[in-house]
Amino acid sequence: MSILGNRVLRKEDPKFLTVGGTYVDDVRVDGALYATYVRSTMAHARIAALDVEEARKAPGVVAVFSAADLDMAPAAPEMAFLNQAMTRPALAQGVVRFVGEPVAVVVTEERYQGPDAAELVFVDYEPLPVVMSAEESAAQDVLLFPDVGTNVAFELAFGRDESLFDGCEVVVRQRIVNQRVAPCPLEVRAAAAEWRDGRLLHYASTQGAHGVKDALVARLGLEADQVRVVAPDVGGGFGAKMGPYPEEILVAWLARKLDRPVRWVETRSESMVGLGHGRGQVQEVEMGGSRQGKVEAYRITVLQDSGAYAAIGAMLPFMTRTMASGVYAIPKVEFNSRSLLTNTTPMTAYRGAGRPEATAALERAVDMFAAEIGMDPAEVRRRNLIPADAFPFTTPTGTTYDSGNYARGLDLALEAAGYDGLREEQRRRREAGDVVQLGIGLSVYVEITSGIPGSEFGAVEVRPDGKVTVRTGTSPHGQGHATAFSMLVSEQLGIPIEDIEVIHGDTDVVPRGQGTAGSRSLQTGGVAVNQAAAQVADKARQLAAELLEANVDDVVLDKVGGRFHVTGTPAVSRSWSELAGAASDRGGLAAEVDYTQAGPTFPFGAHVAVAQVDTETGRVQLVRMVAVDDAGRILNPLLAEGQVHGGLAQGAAQALLEEMRYDEDGNPVTSNLADYGFISAAELPSFETVRLETPTPLNELGAKGIGESGTIGSTPAVHNAVVDAVTHLGVRHIDMPLTAERVWRAIQDAKDSKGGRS
Amino acid sequence: MKVTLTVNGAERTDDVEARLLLVHYLREVLGLTGTNVGCDTTSCGACTVLLDGESVKSCTLLTAQADGGQVTTIEGLARGQEMHPLQRAFQENHALQCGYCTPGMVMAAVSLLAEHPDPTEAEVRTGLEGNLCRCTGYHNIVKAVLAAAPSVRGR
Repeated sequence: MSILGNRVLRKEDPKFLTVGGTYVDDVRVDGALYATYVRSTMAHARIAALDVEEARKAPGVVAVFSAADLDMAPAAPEMAFLNQAMTRPALAQGVVRFVGEPVAVVVTEERYQGPDAAELVFVDYEPLPVVMSAEESAAQDVLLFPDVGTNVAFELAFGRDESLFDGCEVVVRQRIVNQRVAPCPLEVRAAAAEWRDGRLLHYASTQGAHGVKDALVARLGLEADQVRVVAPDVGGGFGAKMGPYPEEILVAWLARKLDRPVRWVETRSESMVGLGHGRGQVQEVEMGGSRQGKVEAYRITVLQDSGAYAAIGAMLPFMTRTMASGVYAIPKVEFNSRSLLTNTTPMTAYRGAGRPEATAALERAVDMFAAEIGMDPAEVRRRNLIPADAFPFTTPTGTTYDSGNYARGLDLALEAAGYDGLREEQRRRREAGDVVQLGIGLSVYVEITSGIPGSEFGAVEVRPDGKVTVRTGTSPHGQGHATAFSMLVSEQLGIPIEDIEVIHGDTDVVPRGQGTAGSRSLQTGGVAVNQAAAQVADKARQLAAELLEANVDDVVLDKVGGRFHVTGTPAVSRSWSELAGAASDRGGLAAEVDYTQAGPTFPFGAHVAVAQVDTETGRVQLVRMVAVDDAGRILNPLLAEGQVHGGLAQGAAQALLEEMRYDEDGNPVTSNLADYGFISAAELPSFETVRLETPTPLNELGAKGIGESGTIGSTPAVHNAVVDAVTHLGVRHIDMPLTAERVWRAIQDAKDSKGGRS
Repeated sequence: MKVTLTVNGAERTDDVEARLLLVHYLREVLGLTGTNVGCDTTSCGACTVLLDGESVKSCTLLTAQADGGQVTTIEGLARGQEMHPLQRAFQENHALQCGYCTPGMVMAAVSLLAEHPDPTEAEVRTGLEGNLCRCTGYHNIVKAVLAAAPSVRGR
C-alpha cells in the first residue's frame, strides 16, 4: 500500500515537544558578544549629529559603529526593475526614513548591557516632513529621495481603455483599503556569526540560507567557499524572512571587524518595525456588467505603499496584476499600479504577497455588483466562473492557469455550509429585527504558486547502513518537509521514514537552493527529491541485477521489505544496506537532481464565512469558516490541512483585527503584541475543511502549493460576511479591519444618510 | 543576588543579577532553551512555564521572584521516555508547525487541564487566549487539548 496520501504524523515533532526546537538564539556560541541596534525614533529626519562617546564608556561596551564606520559593499540590486537609487543602506546615512531604521549598533560583552548602552547614543535629528500614505506620496509634495525626483518605485499599466465600461448596464465602483499588516512570525529575527580559520559560520533565521550566503559574499567581499550559512529551526517566516535584512548582514561584519563571535536577537517591539510589513494597497475597483449577472469589464487601479525603500514590497502589484481577474471569465480587464515610497517600515512579501490583494478587491467587487443588481452573490459567481473544460485557460492579463474546477469548489463549499439554510436564518433575523444579525460571506479564489521561475535542488543517498540521507534546497520553517519528503523517498525505495534523514538549510551540505517561498516547496523541491530517489532505485536495481546475476528487467524492489529480488524468487534478495556497501567503490547509491517546473500552478478554492454582528455595538463574531482548498494531489492531508488552518486564521485576522497603524508624525502605534491585533484562539471558531483534488499536469506528483491559499480565500469571505450582515441596514462597504468601532460607525452613517433622504 | 530554585526536579543555587528575567535564567544560565521568548509585553505566552504548578510567563518574572519555587519547563514534562499525554496529543493532532509557541502552549495547556479537567471547546479557546500561535490557526491545538483531557484526568 502506498504511503502517499496518508495522514502520516510528523517525525519532526518529538524534539519540538520535549526539548524544543533549536532556533538561532538557542545555538550556543562560545565567547559571543551581543549586538544591539540603535533605531530611529523619527519617521523622516536629517541626522545633524551622532555622538557615540557616552555609549562607548558604558559598562561592557566593546564597540559602537555608525554608517561612517562601515566598509561594506552596497546592496546588490534586489530586483533589477526597481529604481536602484532608492535602495536601503545598512545603517542610516545622513537621513532616516522610518521609525525603527537602524542608525548605529552597539556591541557589548553581555546581553543586558546592550540596551543600556544603546540608550546613551545621542542622535540629533532635524525633522523633515513625513509622507504617511501611498496617496500622500503620489502627490509628490515631499520626496524621500529628492535627488531621484520621484516617490514612484515601480509602475505597471495594462489594458488601458477609456471605453472599458461602454455597453455595461451596471457599473459599481469602490475605493478599498487593503491595510498594512505585520507578518508576526513567533520567532523574531536573529543571527549569530563566528569566524573560524578564515571562514564565516553564520546562523540565520531565514526561509533561504543560500540567499543569505549570496548577500554575505557580496556585501562582505568574500569568496563563496568562505561562507557557511546555517538556518537551524526557524520559528515561522510567512514571506517576511525571505531576504536577509541589513541587521543580519551586519552581525557577520561585526564578527569579522571585532574578531569575536557576535549574536543578535531583536525584541518583539523592534521586530514590529524592523521586519517587513505586508499588503498596504489602496485600490480603486470598478466592475461592470449586465443585469443578468454577467460581468463584462473590470478595472483595478492600485497604489502600493512600498515603505521607505524600494524592495520586494514595491513589486507586489505585479502579482496583483497576475491574478487580477481571478476565477472569472471577464472579457475586458484593465490594471494600473504605482508603488510609492512612504516614511514607514519597508514592505515585503507576506503570505500571499500581492495575490490576496487581488482576490480581496475582486471578491468585494463581485459582492457589490451582486447587491447592485439584486442577485444572490453565489449565483453571480456561478454565472461568471471559468468553466472546468476551459483549462489551460489564459486570462486577459496573460496568466495561464493549469487546471481547475471552480464551480465544483463553490458547490462543495455551499453544500458544506448549508447555504440555503443560512440565508433562511438570515432572512428570519432580518424580518424579526434581531439585534444580532447574521452575515454570510463567499469567496472563490485562484492563486499562483511556484510563480517565481527557477530550479530546486534535491539529492538522495542510501548509506551503507541502509539508511537514507536526503538533501533539499528548500528551507522549511514549520511546513513539515522532513516528513513530506521522507514519504516520497519511502514510497520510491521501500525504506521506512524513520530511517530517512532530511537535511536542509546548511550551505556546506546542500550546494544550491532557492528556499521556501511562494508555496513552491513540494512542487519543486519535493519533485527534485522524488526524481533523485527514482534514480537511486534504478541504480540499485542495476547493481542488484549484477549481484543476483539476473536481467535488470527481472529484478524487482519489494517495497514492504525494502529488498531487491528476481521476480518469482523472493528468497534470494539483496538489501539496501548490501547494495549501498557494494556500490561504495562506484560512487555509492546517490543521485542529485535540479528540477525546474515548466510553469507555475494555480490552486483554487471557495470559502464560506458566517459572522454575527451586534448591530447596537458593532461587535463581530466569526462563527463558522467553511473552506474548500484544492491544491492538486495531496501528499499528506494532515500537513495540508495544517497549512489551510493557519492560512484561514491569518486571513480572517486581517479581515477582523489586524492593522499596523501610525500616527500623523509617523510613529507606529501598534508596535508590540499588546497593541497589535494578533488573533487568539478565543476569537476563532474551529474550521470546516472540505477536500477537493484537481491534479496539475505540470509535475509528476500532481501537486500545487498549499501554503498561502487559506489566507487568500478567507480574508474576502470574512469581509463579505460582515458587510453582508448589515447590508439591509444600508451599508455597502466597510474597510478592513472590521473592528466594532468601524462596523458601528458604518451602521450609524447608513442610518444618517437614510434619515437625510427621508 | 543568590537564588535557589528547583527546576525540573533538580535544586540549583546561583548568583544572578537582580534584574535577570526568569526566562533568561532558564535559557542562558541553565541552558534550557526549550522555553522561548516571543514578545516583550507578556502577550504571546511562548515563555510559559509552571511555577509551583501554575502557568506563568517567565519573561515577566524576575528570577528573584521565583526564589524558593519549583519550576517546570517543557524539558521536565515527560516522564523519562514517556511523553506527557498533551505532548502526545500535540503530535497526533498536528498541533504544531514551526514549534516556536509549542513549549509555552503545552505548558499553558497543562495548567488549563489542571483547572478544567473536562473542558468544553470554548473553555479551551478562552483558556489559551494568552498563548499566541501564528502557524496552526489554533484548530489542531484545541483539538489536541480536548483529546488529551481524558488521559490527563486519568494520571
